[in-house]
Amino acid sequence: MTDYKNLKLIASSSPHIRSDENTRSIMLDVIIALCPALVMSVYNFGSWNFRALTMTAVSVVSCVFWEWLYRVLLKKPQMIGDLSAVVTGMLLAFVCPVTIPYWMIVLGAFFSIVVVKQLYGGIGCNFLNPALAGRAILVASFAGPMTKWYYGVDIPVIGKMAADVTTSATPLAVMKDGAFTQLTQDVSVADMFLGRIGGSLGETSALMLLLGGLYLLARKVISWHTPVAFIGTVAVITLIAAPAGVNNVDYMLYNVLGGGLMLGAIFMATDYATSPVTKPGQLIFGIGCGLITCFIRRFGSYPEGVCYSILIMNCTTWLLDKYIRPVIYGAPKKEKKKEAAAK
Amino acid sequence: MAQAFFGGVHPNDMKAATNEKAIEQLAPPAEVVIPMSMHIGAPCKPVVAVGDTVKIGQRIGEPGGFVSAPIHASVSGKVKAVEPRTSSMGGTVMCVVIENDFQNTVSEDVKPVEDPDSLTPEQLTEIVKNAGIVGQGGATFPTHVKISSGLGKVDYVIINAAECEPYITGDHRTMLERPDQVIKGATLLAKCFGVDKVYIGVEANKKNAADVLNAKIAELQAPVVVEVLHTRYPQGAEKQLCQAISGRQVPSGKLPADAGCCIFNLNTTCAIYKAVYTGMPVVSKVVTVSGSGVIEPKNLECPIGTPISKLFDACGGLKDDTYKLIMGGPMMGMAQYSVDVPVGKGTGCMLAFAGKEEQYVEHPQCIRCGKCVGVCPIRLEPVFMYKYLMKGNWEAFRDQFHGMDCIECGACTYTCPARLPLTHAFRMGKQQVNNARMAAKARAEAEKAQAAKKEA
Repeated sequence: MTDYKNLKLIASSSPHIRSDENTRSIMLDVIIALCPALVMSVYNFGSWNFRALTMTAVSVVSCVFWEWLYRVLLKKPQMIGDLSAVVTGMLLAFVCPVTIPYWMIVLGAFFSIVVVKQLYGGIGCNFLNPALAGRAILVASFAGPMTKWYYGVDIPVIGKMAADVTTSATPLAVMKDGAFTQLTQDVSVADMFLGRIGGSLGETSALMLLLGGLYLLARKVISWHTPVAFIGTVAVITLIAAPAGVNNVDYMLYNVLGGGLMLGAIFMATDYATSPVTKPGQLIFGIGCGLITCFIRRFGSYPEGVCYSILIMNCTTWLLDKYIRPVIYGAPKKEKKKEAAAK
Repeated sequence: MAQAFFGGVHPNDMKAATNEKAIEQLAPPAEVVIPMSMHIGAPCKPVVAVGDTVKIGQRIGEPGGFVSAPIHASVSGKVKAVEPRTSSMGGTVMCVVIENDFQNTVSEDVKPVEDPDSLTPEQLTEIVKNAGIVGQGGATFPTHVKISSGLGKVDYVIINAAECEPYITGDHRTMLERPDQVIKGATLLAKCFGVDKVYIGVEANKKNAADVLNAKIAELQAPVVVEVLHTRYPQGAEKQLCQAISGRQVPSGKLPADAGCCIFNLNTTCAIYKAVYTGMPVVSKVVTVSGSGVIEPKNLECPIGTPISKLFDACGGLKDDTYKLIMGGPMMGMAQYSVDVPVGKGTGCMLAFAGKEEQYVEHPQCIRCGKCVGVCPIRLEPVFMYKYLMKGNWEAFRDQFHGMDCIECGACTYTCPARLPLTHAFRMGKQQVNNARMAAKARAEAEKAQAAKKEA
C-alpha cells in the first residue's frame, strides 16, 4: 500500500482547478486574430510589399524591448512573457502609415509602452489604449509623415520613397472634401471591403479584420457588446444623417468600411484595461465611441475620428465602472429601497 | 428545462471516471474516529467514556444547543479514546475513537416508525433531530432547524441533486441504485410541508438518473417532479438552485425560506427516509474517491469516522507524485494535510491530484478582462472587491461591493486568466468584516457595563 508519510501535500484555498485560459493565451489569440489583416496589408500595399511586415516587426521588437528595459531598470518582475507588449506593437504598427521611417515607430513604441503603460503600473493599469496613445503622440509630433498615404506604389523596405511618387488620399479624406460621388466612382464597395484602398498599415481590410473579430468572439476573448455598439452606432447615424444629395446607404457603407473603424471597434475599443468591465458599460462605451467618431468625421478638422473617440471614451471608463453596475442577486427591489431611505 | 441562474462556469466535469461504477461497501475499518462537530452550530458533548461498549446507531454525542445535531456510533465495539484529533477543517476537534469488534451489533434504539404515512410535521422534525441529520451537501446545517424554520412559509420544496462539482458521482449513483429512498424521502417532505409536489433538480448530464426517478415516481404515484437543469457550475448552490427552479431570488443576507423555498440535499433526503423507515440515524456516507492521484477511482459507502487513508487503500492507493488531497469537490473542497482525518457527515468526495501541479503565478496582475464579473452567480464585481481588499479597505468591500453576499463558489477564481487568488481574498475579507463586527459588539458591551457600573 501507499506510504502516505512520503507525500508532500499542498494545503491551498479552493478552488483547486483553473480554466486553461491565461493572460498569455489571450494575448496569443489576439496576435493570431491580427494575422489575416497583416497578410492582407502585405499583399495590398503594392502586391507583396514587405515593408508592412518589417514595420510591424520593428514595432513589436521595440515594444518588447522598452517593456523589458523598463522592468529591468526599475527592478520589477519581468512580464514580457505575457505577450501583451507584442499585441501593443502589432496594433501600433497597424495604426501608422506603412511609409513612416522606422525610428519614428520606435519612438512611438517608447511612448506607448513606457509612458502610457508602464508608468501607470503595467498591464491592466493603464487608462489609455497604449497603441492609440502612441499613434496620437506621433500624429501630434510628425503631422506630415503620419498623414501621407500611398496605395498601389512600390514602397522600398529600406530607404526613402522616390520623390516623384504621388500620395493618394484615403476614402474618408475624399469624403471630407465633399467629393463623395467622385469617391463612389473611383473606389467600389468591394475595394473598401477587401482593403484595396489607402490608409494605415493594418486598418484597410474590413474583411480580414472581421475574420479576426469572429475568431476572438469564438474564443470568447472579446464579447460582441463593444464592437456591435460601436459599429452599429456609426452605421445608424450615417444612415439617417447623410449629407443632402448623397445616397444614404452608400454613405453608411463607406463610413463603416472606411478608416480605422473595424480595427478600432474590434481590437482597440475591446482592450480590457481601458474599457468597462460590465456588459451594459461596454454597450455605452461602444455607443459613445460611435457618436464621437461620427462627430469628428462630420464636423471635426480630421477626416478620421476613431482614434480620438476611443481615447476620449477611455477617459470615461472609470465613470462607467463606477455607475453602471450589475444589480446583485437578491438585491432589495427599488420601491423597498426608497421606503428604507424614507425611514 | 428550468430557468437559468446568473453567470456560472463550465469546468470539465470529470465524472466519467466513476459515474458507471456502482456504490461499493467499504470493508469495515478497524477503528473509526468520530468528530463531535460535524455540523454548523454548537459541538456535541461526548456521552460515552473510554472502555464503554457501543453499538451501531447508539448516541455517543449529545447536541450542545438547538442549532446542533446528535452523533451516533457508526460501528459496534469499544471506545478506545475520547480526545482531540486532527480535524478536516484545520486544527483539532474532540473525537470519540471506537475500536471495531466487527460484530455489527445494532443498537436497540434503532427501530422503524410504525406508521410513516401518519407522521405530523412535528413528529418528523423530532425524528430528523434524533437521527442527527444535517445538510449532507457539505454545508452541514442541522436539518431539523431548517424544517422547523421553514414550516408554514415554504411553498417550494426542492431536492438538490444537481451535483454540479466536477468528479463527484455519489448522488448520481444513489439516484440510479436507490430511487425508492429518494422518492419516499421526498414524499415525506411533501407531506411535512403540505405542498402538492416536491421538485428534484438534476443537471442535464445525468439524464439516465432523471429517467430512473421518473419511472419510480410513476410507480409510486409520488407527489414529486424531476426538473432537468442546465449543466453549469454552481447549479447546486442553494441560492442558484432556488432561482433556477422557482424563479425567485433569495433576499440578500436572508435564507431560502424567506423566498418561500426549502432546499434539501439528495443525501439528506435519503437520510430522512432511513431514519423513518429503518430507524437508522446518520452512520454512513457515500463518498466518491477520484482524481488523477487515485489508482482506481470508486464510489464507496463507508461508516462515518473512517479515516480517509482507508478510502484510498480501498481504491488501490495513491500515486507517488500526489500533491494535493481534497475533501469535497475541486471547486469548494478543503485541501487536507493529513490522511488521518475522518469522513464526516458532509463528506461526499475525496480527491487526490497527482502529476503536474496547478498553474501558479508568482506575480498575478489583473488585466481587467471582466470575466469574473460575467461568471459571478451573485452578480458581484470580484475585480473591484479584490482591488479594494488588497488596499486593506474592507469597508468598501462590505458596503459598496456587497462582499458579504459572496458564496465562495470559486467561479471567478476558476475563470481568472491572470490567476488572481480571488476567492481566497474574499474569504479573508469576510473574516476581517466579521472580526470588526465582533470587536464593535464587544466594545459596545464593555461600554454598557462600564456605564452601568458608574450609575451604581
